[in-house]
Amino acid sequence: MPSPIALTSPPRQESIFKKKRSPSYLAAMRSAQSYLIALSEADARARVRDSASTTSTTVLSLSSSPTTSSEDTVLNDTPYDNSDGLAYPITPPTSEQVVSADHLQFGFCANERYRYTSAHKAGTKFKDAHEQDPPYYILLTTYLGYLFLICVGHLRDFFGKRFHPTFYRHLLPFDGYAPLNSDFDSFYTRRLKARIDDCFSAPVTGVPGRTIMLLDRESKDYNNTFSLTGTTTRGLNISSYNYLGFAQAQGGCADAVEEGLRRFGISTCGARLEGGTSELHVTAEALVARFVGHEDALISSMGFATNSTIIPALVSKGCLLISDELNHASIRYGARLSSANVRMFKHNNMESLESLLREVISQGQPKTHRPWKKILLVVEGLYSMEGTLVNLPGIMELKKKYKFYLFVDEAHSIGAIGPNGRGVADYFGVNPRSIDILMGTFTKSFGAAGGYVAGSKALISRLRLRGHGSVHPSQLPTWMDLPPSLRDGSEGRMRLQRLAFNARYLSRGLAKLGFITYGHTDSPIVPLLIFNTGKMCVFHRMMRARKTPIVVVVVAYPATPLVLSRVRFCVSAAHTKDDIDTVLGACDEIGDVLDLKHLPGERWPLERIMDNATELVNMED
Amino acid sequence: MSMTTTIDSSASAIEPLFTFLSYALIQAELAFFKIPGSHVVARYIKSSHQNDPGRTVLEILLALFAIRTLLQSRTRADNGEKHFIQFSKKEIDELVDEWTPEPLGAPLTAEEETDLASIPVVSGPNGPRPKLANTGKQVLNLASYNFTGLAGNETIKQRATETLRKYGVGSCGPPGFYGTIDLHMDLERDIADFLGAEAAILYSQAFSTVPSVISAFAKRGDIIVADRGVNFAIQKGLQISRSTIRWFDHNDLKSLEEVIQGVEKDRRKRRGPVTRRFIITEGIFEKDGTIVDLPKLIELKHKYKYRLILDESISFGTVGRTGRGLTELYNVPATQIDLLLGSVANGLNSSGGFCAGSRVAIDHQRINGTSFVFSAAVPALLAVSASEGINILRNTPSILSTLQENIRAIRTVLDRVDYITISSHPVSPIIHIFVHSPSTTSAHTQHMLSNAPAKPSNPASPVPRDALSFDIVGEERVLQDIVDEALAQGVWITRARRLRGQEVVEARPCIRLAVTTALSRKECERAAGIIKAAAVKVLAKRK
Ligand SMILES: Cc1ncc(COP(=O)(O)O)c(C=O)c1O
Repeated sequence: MPSPIALTSPPRQESIFKKKRSPSYLAAMRSAQSYLIALSEADARARVRDSASTTSTTVLSLSSSPTTSSEDTVLNDTPYDNSDGLAYPITPPTSEQVVSADHLQFGFCANERYRYTSAHKAGTKFKDAHEQDPPYYILLTTYLGYLFLICVGHLRDFFGKRFHPTFYRHLLPFDGYAPLNSDFDSFYTRRLKARIDDCFSAPVTGVPGRTIMLLDRESKDYNNTFSLTGTTTRGLNISSYNYLGFAQAQGGCADAVEEGLRRFGISTCGARLEGGTSELHVTAEALVARFVGHEDALISSMGFATNSTIIPALVSKGCLLISDELNHASIRYGARLSSANVRMFKHNNMESLESLLREVISQGQPKTHRPWKKILLVVEGLYSMEGTLVNLPGIMELKKKYKFYLFVDEAHSIGAIGPNGRGVADYFGVNPRSIDILMGTFTKSFGAAGGYVAGSKALISRLRLRGHGSVHPSQLPTWMDLPPSLRDGSEGRMRLQRLAFNARYLSRGLAKLGFITYGHTDSPIVPLLIFNTGKMCVFHRMMRARKTPIVVVVVAYPATPLVLSRVRFCVSAAHTKDDIDTVLGACDEIGDVLDLKHLPGERWPLERIMDNATELVNMED
Repeated sequence: MSMTTTIDSSASAIEPLFTFLSYALIQAELAFFKIPGSHVVARYIKSSHQNDPGRTVLEILLALFAIRTLLQSRTRADNGEKHFIQFSKKEIDELVDEWTPEPLGAPLTAEEETDLASIPVVSGPNGPRPKLANTGKQVLNLASYNFTGLAGNETIKQRATETLRKYGVGSCGPPGFYGTIDLHMDLERDIADFLGAEAAILYSQAFSTVPSVISAFAKRGDIIVADRGVNFAIQKGLQISRSTIRWFDHNDLKSLEEVIQGVEKDRRKRRGPVTRRFIITEGIFEKDGTIVDLPKLIELKHKYKYRLILDESISFGTVGRTGRGLTELYNVPATQIDLLLGSVANGLNSSGGFCAGSRVAIDHQRINGTSFVFSAAVPALLAVSASEGINILRNTPSILSTLQENIRAIRTVLDRVDYITISSHPVSPIIHIFVHSPSTTSAHTQHMLSNAPAKPSNPASPVPRDALSFDIVGEERVLQDIVDEALAQGVWITRARRLRGQEVVEARPCIRLAVTTALSRKECERAAGIIKAAAVKVLAKRK
C-alpha cells in the first residue's frame, strides 16, 4: 500500500511560464513560495497554475504571502545591504521565473549553464587524487608551533597546579577517587584545543541551508565557558552536510513531513521487532531499496548506530574485517563491537589492499591458521575528511578474485554523487547488486535523520532479526523525510546538476588560485589544506569576520594527521555560482594574508576564474 | 702479507668515503647551527657531557631505544609474528582459489520467516488503540512504549510543526560543526532542571548513548562492577570499554558489596594504583522489571568511593510523582548519581538519549562521547517535542498517577494466574510474564530452603553460580502462542525480543507488557483479562 506522503508525485505538467532553455526544470517546481515583492505577480500566476491542475491543497496553502513565512526570512532582517547577494539574488529573477524557495535556504540560480552532470567516464582508469606536499618550512613551523604550545601548556600546568589548585582538582586523584579524566589525558584538549574553541561547536538557529544564523557568543575566561551575547550573525553556510539543499523549511520535503506529523505523530513507540513497526517504515524501506537499486533495505534512526549495530551482526569471531585506515568512527566502533579480527589498509590504496588480502587469506586466522569464515571489506563511498572517492572499479576487480564481501558506507555519497545521485555505484556505472551491503544515511544529502542498509532480501531479513537496533527501542520517528529526489523527479535532477557544478567549480577554482586541496574533483567535500593550526583558526575567524560572513568548518589533529590541518568546505546544491564566487574571493584574499597558496602550476587571477567558470568546470581532468 | 695489502688497498678504496663523511659532518653541523635554538641544545649536551660522561651514553641509549620502539610498533602488525608462514606467490594464488567463504548472512529458517512475518505493522499513527495493517483491526496496545501517553499529543504535534517551519527537518551536521541548535541547548537545560542535575547532554539515539557514555570514561585498566542482568546496550558498552569487569548477582546489593570488597582486597594485594571505578546498573531492569534499591546503592557507592552509572532508560518518564524517575521515587537528589542515563525516546516519546551529571563530566563527553561527536545532532523538531513532553509531565502529575492505577489494575488480574510468574516490581510500567515451570521453582526454592551460606558466584564471569536452565525454543513458542491468542482477542502484546547468541548470558524468554496512561482503567482490566485467559488456555493445554 503506497504511503500517502511518500508517493504523491509532483504534478508534471508543462508550465506556460517556462524558460525556453529549461523545459523540465521549472515544470517540477510545485510549491511557489515566494518572498520577493517583485515576484508577487509570478507567484500569483504560479498559484493559479498549481490550483488548476493539482488535487493536493497543501502545496497551495503553503505558497502564502511573503510575510507569513518563517521568521527567519530576509524581510524580518533589518535593512540589509545586498551588495554581496546573501539575502537576495544578485541577478534578480525575471517575472517569468518562478522562485520556488527562500533564497536564504536555497539559492536562486536560473542560469542553465551552471549545471554539470558528474559521472565516471566508462573505460577510463580511476585516477588517485594527487596529494601535494607543502614546502618544508611550512611543515617545520607547524611542528615547532605544536612544540611551543606543548611547552607552554606544561609550564602553565606546572604553575597552575601550585597557584590555583582548585582548577585542577577534577584532573587529579581526590578523596580516594581517580580523576574522571586525568590531567595527562586531557592535556591536548585543555592546552591546545581550548585555545581555538571558538572555532568549534558554535550554536546556531534556524535552517542550516544555504545560509545559517549563528548565535554570537563570547568568552570572558579564555574559552573556558561561553555565554551567548543575544545577537546573531547570518553567514553563508559552506559547512553543513546539506549536499542536495534539502535543508529547507518550505517545499516538498517539509510539506511531506508536516503531513506525516499530522497523520502519524512523532514517534512509533518501540523497537521494530516489538511494538514499533509502522507502515511508513515499510514503504520507506521499499523506496530506499528501489532508489539504491537493491532488493531490500532496513532503516534505523541514526546513521552512526546503523554502522555500529549492523557490522557486529554481519561478522563475528573467526571472521576478518578489512577496513580502510580512514574509515569513520562509527565503522571502527562497529568493528570493535563485532569481536571479529580487524586489519587496515592504506587509504584507498589498491596495492596495499591486495597485498593484505593475499597475506590474510594465505595465513588464515592468527595462531590456528584455520581459513577465515568470511572476509568483509568496509569502505566509504566518499571520505568526509579527504573528499576522496573510493576506487570502486579497483575494488570490484579484487572482489572477483578474492571473494570477500563488500560493505560500502555511502553516508556522504548517497544523493551527492553520480548522474542520478545514487551514490558511487551510480557514478562508476557499477551494478549496485554486485555490492553486498550498501549503507547510507538520511542525515546528509536528504536533510533528515537516520540511516539504512540495503542488500539482498535474505541478508536484510537476517539483519532484521540479528541487528542490535531491532530489539532496542530506538523509536524511528515516523516522519521519515522521503526526499522527492527518490521519486526521480526533475527537481532532484536540477539539484544534482547544481551540486556537481558547484563542487567542480569550487575545487578547481581553489586549485587555480594556488591552494592545495585534496580529494576528487567531483566531490562536494573540498578540503583546503592549511597545515598550520594557528593559521587554521585565524582563517576561520577571518572568514567569519568578513562583510559577508562565511561559516566554515576547520579540522585539525586528532581528526586529521598532526600537520594536515584543513578547512573543509561542503558544497551544496543550494549555493549559487555567486556564492562560490564569494567563497573564492574570500579565500583569495585570506590566502594571500596567511600565505596559503603553495600549489605549483598555472595560476589564474580571481576575475579570470569567475568569468570562465563554465570552462573550468567542463575541462577534462 | 697478503692480508696487509688487502687492508691497504681497501683503506685507499674507502679513503674518499672518509673525506665525504667528514664533509657531510661539517655540512650537517652547519645546517644544525642554522636552526634557531640549536646553540642552546649544543651547549646543553656539551656541558652535561662535561659533568657526567656516563649520562651522555645513557641519553644516547635512551634515544636509540625510543626510535626502536617507534619503528617496532609500526611493523609489528605485519609479519613480525612468529606464526607467520612464508608462502610463494603460486601457493598464495592456490590458497586464494581454494578459499570459500561462508555466506554473509545465513538465509532464514522457515521458523524465523514466520517469526518475522508475525510482527504486526501499525497502520496509521501508533497509540493506545492503533489499527494493525496485518489484520485491519483495531487493538488495545500493551506492546508499544507509550507509557505517559504522549504519542499523538496535539500540543506536541503543533509545536513540532511550528519548529519544522522554522528549522527545517535535519540538523545536517554533528554538534561540533554547526549542528548545535539553540533548541538542543534548551532541551539539555530542561532535562537537567527536571532531574535536578547540574548539566545534561543530548545524544541522537538512546541505544548508542549507553555504550558511548561508558566508553568515554571507562578505559583499559579501569574497574567496572556491573549487575548480571544489565541490558544489551550496557553489555555493549562494557565490551567496548575494555575495562576490567566484575559482575555481581542480579539486583543483589549484598553481592555487590562482596564483589567490591574482593576487588579492593585484590588491589591492595597487588599494590595497584587507584584507578577509576564504576558501578553500572539499571533503574528498572529492562530484562525483568525489577527495581534497584537506590538509597542503599548510593550508600555503597560513597562507602567504597565508586562512581555510579545508572541507566534509567525505562524508569525515566515512568516512575516518580511527575516521572523524574528513580531519584524522585526514592527522593534522592540526582546529583548523587555520577552519570544518569536516560532515553528521550521511551520517556518522552521523541527520539534520542541523554546523560545527566556534573558539568565536568558532561563537557568531557562533548569531546569524547563517540556517538555524540561523530553523529548528526537530533532534528530540531524532535528536541522541541521532548522539551514539550517534559513540560507536560511537570504540569500534569495525574499522568503518572493514572499510569500507576493502570499498572495496579493489570497486576491485580495477572498476579493471581497460576501458570505464569511475574518478576516485575509492582510499580514498574513494564510487566514481564514468564512461564511458570516447576523445575525452575524447585531449584529456586531448594536454594532458599537449604539456606546454606551460598557460595558466591565467580565475579569474573557473567554467569551466576546457580544459573537456571530453561528450554528457550520451547518457551518462546508457548509465549508466542499466548501473544497470538491475545491478538486474536484484540489485545496487542509482544514477546521481549532477544538477540540469541549475542548476549553475554541468554535471558529467559518472556512476554513484556508496556502499560500506558492513555488506556482507561476499564480497558486495562479487560486487556488483562484477555491475557489471563490466553495464558491459561495455552498453558493449561501444555500440561
Ligand atoms: C561515513 C559515515 N558514516 C556514518 C555517519 C553517521 O551518520 P549519522 O550522522 O546519521 O549518525 C557519518 C556521519 O558523519 C559518516 O560520515
